Amino acid sequence: MAFKNEGDQKAYWNENLSLLFKLLIVWFVVSFGAGIIFVEVLNQIQFFGFKLGFWFAQQGSIYVFVALIFIYMKKMNAIDKKYGVEEE
Amino acid sequence: MSVQILTFIIVGASFLLYMGIAVWARAGTTNDFYIAGGGVHPILNGMATAADWMSAASFISMAGLVSFMGYDGAVYLMGWTGGYVLLALLLAPYLRKFGKFTVPDFIGDRYYSQTARTVAVICAIFVCFTYVIGQMRGVGVVFSRFLEIELWLGVVIGMGVVFFYTVLGGMKGITYTQVAQFCVMIFAYIVPAVFISIMLTGHVLPQTGFGATLSDGSGMFLLEKLDMLSTDLGFNEYTSNTKSYLDIFCITFALMVGTAGLPHVIVRFFTVPRVSDARKSAGWALAFIAILYTTAPALASFARVNMIETINGPDATGMSYAEAPSWIKNWEKTNLISHDDKNGDGKMFYSGDERNEMTIDRDIMVLANPEIANLPAWVIALVAAGGVAAALSTSAGLLLVISTSVSHDLLKRNLMPNISDKKELLSARIAAGVAILIAGYFGINPPDFVAAIVAFAFGLAASSFFPVIIMGIFSKRMNDKGAISGMITGIVFTAAYIIYFKFVSPEMNQPDNWLFGISPEGIGTIGMIINFVVAFVVFKFTDDAPQEIQDLVESIRFPKGAGEAQAH
Repeated sequence: MAFKNEGDQKAYWNENLSLLFKLLIVWFVVSFGAGIIFVEVLNQIQFFGFKLGFWFAQQGSIYVFVALIFIYMKKMNAIDKKYGVEEE
Repeated sequence: MSVQILTFIIVGASFLLYMGIAVWARAGTTNDFYIAGGGVHPILNGMATAADWMSAASFISMAGLVSFMGYDGAVYLMGWTGGYVLLALLLAPYLRKFGKFTVPDFIGDRYYSQTARTVAVICAIFVCFTYVIGQMRGVGVVFSRFLEIELWLGVVIGMGVVFFYTVLGGMKGITYTQVAQFCVMIFAYIVPAVFISIMLTGHVLPQTGFGATLSDGSGMFLLEKLDMLSTDLGFNEYTSNTKSYLDIFCITFALMVGTAGLPHVIVRFFTVPRVSDARKSAGWALAFIAILYTTAPALASFARVNMIETINGPDATGMSYAEAPSWIKNWEKTNLISHDDKNGDGKMFYSGDERNEMTIDRDIMVLANPEIANLPAWVIALVAAGGVAAALSTSAGLLLVISTSVSHDLLKRNLMPNISDKKELLSARIAAGVAILIAGYFGINPPDFVAAIVAFAFGLAASSFFPVIIMGIFSKRMNDKGAISGMITGIVFTAAYIIYFKFVSPEMNQPDNWLFGISPEGIGTIGMIINFVVAFVVFKFTDDAPQEIQDLVESIRFPKGAGEAQAH
């Protein structure tokens, strides 16, 4: 058993799930939200030479995807450390 | 120097480089062959993953698709990148901790069932074969256009090179070759895009040039101009949709989930030393992929403007066919572009209505782009080398999964459990060789359904692998019966829907006849939902997974003690 006790193991998994949940909400909002569902509303807004909805669909969502994975990596490594289950 | 000689030199030099790397990194054990000994640096692994993922379709076809589809092209841009978020957050770290070689390994062990393993092996082999055929075809197209050799010879040369470094080097050779191929490919993609961006908008970065004003003095935004040109010519406005939003939603979702479920992508995360490296590697992979994927839509709009202006002329009445630029003549030879002078005025005209006289294949956009923009010959040669690199890197990754599935999942874990490491390695090499021959045959004699079958590969991965792996990690009590029945209903539903609309009654393939208006490309989303629902319903009526399996699931949920991937 890598964890000190069962409570720790549960708490670790819950923290992991809540982090995943938050990041996946952002993932959904930028791509399916801004890029598809609300694209016409956002297209009313001009963003440099782009319509904003179009920009999210063809550029913005991809930048956010990259950022999400690096944020996940950083936060998850910190959670591992907190519970002492990181790799040696 | 002519384009042809330059292409020979640049493509030839890149081949020598790949082979040199293969000799340096040849595999000695099955561990090396399957997962490169599990010791690849995460950033290099990210590059290799990016090269593995970006196929001939990404390099050659995607910008062309977006160029012709406008906003709707976003399904590919978001679909083929967003899947990496799912992969990094929901799959990669846990599968790395699990620490076996293949996806069927995970499914077979987690669901303690040979049936599940066998279903997974068949899906993996099918998905990979569909893909690899398309790659071989891509190599053939590049060779036949730029080296002016026969298509079959192009395919044979491509097969020879892939054979050499896949069979010799296995995953280790492939990984380091892919790092080189990534560099070639990305350089070849970016250079023409930057050139064209500077010419059209004065911006060095295509990503910002895309949203900038044109430098022709009109003060118009590029996209504004493109919307105007498109509506004037009877096309749909470039920045708005033609498909229904529900369909766009479902296709994007199916592509994302399919990406996360593709065996040749997942297996990359077994090659890094630690769980935290799997997370890091996924991030780098997507960052490297994003370089190409954010450039592609920019390139698509540049190419569209350039192409319309070259064909229709500055006054939009058409250019004389007799004085057509050489790229039109060159591509006419490949039958990918043709001109039919309907009104007999000796001029070319391209539009979306009855005035149209041009038939243009979308696949030529990236390859013809440097010629359309009058870029120097070495840039054209570079693009050819990039297209070949993209096709070869993906083929190699796919062939490895096929050979692993045969030697490891089928022979070692099913038919001949006592096979020695040496014999297993030999059979993996033979399987790779046979797979290359089959793929090459279909590359030269492509079945009519290659394009249709791509939807199949993603739909299948989305409706089978993805839900089963997710449940295997996030629901520790999920049992074998739930998983198998979910996987089978998901696949059968998706396959039936695609087969019906693509092969049985293609004339019915219209939005009115689709279930909820969802096209066969997007149906994997529904297949995935069915898989989850069926699995949970069956699970409710059957027993929980045994205690030792639940302990196994607990143990893959945290990184400590990952160690090297184990050979059992």
